[in-house]
Amino acid sequence: MLDDGPLIPRNRALHPVPYDPGYKTTVARSPYLPLLSMDSSASEETGPTFGHGAFGALDNNLILNWTRGSAPAVGERIVMHGRVLDERGRGVPHTLVEIWQANAGGRYRHKKDGYLAPLDPNFGGAGRTLTDAEGNYQFLTIRPGAYPWPNRGNDWRPMHIHVSVFGHSFGQRLITQMYFEGDPLIPLCPIAATIKDRAQLDRLVAPLDMANSKPLDYLAYKFDIVLRGRRQSMFENKPEGM
Amino acid sequence: MVQRLDMLVETPSQTAGPYVHIGLMPSYTGNGQIFDLELGQNPIEDGAAGEIIEITGSVYDGTGWAMRDALIESWQPDAQGRFAGQDGADPKVTGFCRFAANAETGEFTLRTVKPGPVALRDGRVQAPHISLWIVARGINIGLQTRIYFEDEDNSADPLLERIEQRPRVETLIAKKTGSGQYRFDIRLQGDGETVFLDI
Repeated sequence: MLDDGPLIPRNRALHPVPYDPGYKTTVARSPYLPLLSMDSSASEETGPTFGHGAFGALDNNLILNWTRGSAPAVGERIVMHGRVLDERGRGVPHTLVEIWQANAGGRYRHKKDGYLAPLDPNFGGAGRTLTDAEGNYQFLTIRPGAYPWPNRGNDWRPMHIHVSVFGHSFGQRLITQMYFEGDPLIPLCPIAATIKDRAQLDRLVAPLDMANSKPLDYLAYKFDIVLRGRRQSMFENKPEGM
Repeated sequence: MVQRLDMLVETPSQTAGPYVHIGLMPSYTGNGQIFDLELGQNPIEDGAAGEIIEITGSVYDGTGWAMRDALIESWQPDAQGRFAGQDGADPKVTGFCRFAANAETGEFTLRTVKPGPVALRDGRVQAPHISLWIVARGINIGLQTRIYFEDEDNSADPLLERIEQRPRVETLIAKKTGSGQYRFDIRLQGDGETVFLDI
């Protein structure tokens, strides 16, 4: 029997660089000094669990959850779906996936967002769900609009949905963003460009998935998410001194 | 050619952005109506065994400004060093909390139970600590760090021992300011930069 050992160390080369002058806010918010690397311990290998009892029936339906089902949000109806896996390719069951996004006009329901596109009275912009036994999840939502943001002279965010995933270990914690196939703003975006390897950025671009689209109802986009895995070895739990 | 390694690699991170509260702490931005029960509001329930403590602090950027938009998650064991779900763990300790810098003052407060020590696989014992994960606009991948306590014996902690520049150890140690009260400031960059972890 192979035991789950420590978490596989993060490959920081595939992640965005912390300091990137093209994304101005990173300049004063990125550590100068190297991170301290160590094997994970129980503090990182354990993590919170969330029971089904905490969730409402509309939590993963952003078209209806803000109004509790009384009126649908405006926008292009889409299903965002995929699978949460670990680096060993195993589905991560019963784990929390949370998303948040702008409305169809590119406006967030947040006190700090003053973009002139109007709020949609029927759209809150947040959803959450637990993956099933195989790691699958899905959300029904509307496609968010692109929007301008104060950075360089004329920067725009491509259409995107923010995604937060837990896994089963606090050390697997990950927040990322899903982009949409074919969006011409992706290569212009300084936040997307914090990922220096284009092949890695491509992994955040969800393809249109006609096979899972529903005729006369919604389009589907597929977004799989890979979390850190665990070392597996019969030599991890060696007696002291060996 | 060689055999293929049948491994996947982690999905790249992206910044949580300025509106992360919408998704993770909707009531913070006045959107509490969206879910019946917001997750991570409290790491303990009434009756948790052990010393109840309050940790207050700020997250400072490289200019010394207390960030108003930082969001933090914490994870910890109960007073005996057992994590939720482990045998014998205190059922009143979920161990997980989400908290945010105050939008006006930039100050956060975490009210919880003081954690117990936790052993490593090799038997060495880690001093009591709370794990933190910090996200905000301009942070491209969540920052991991830990809170230790100045009134605990931290002398043999395997992680603190690894810090070469000894004055930097202090950046991970909460200072006692009163009975059950601690101060823990986080500096992202520059003078007094907090030790962040890759763990």
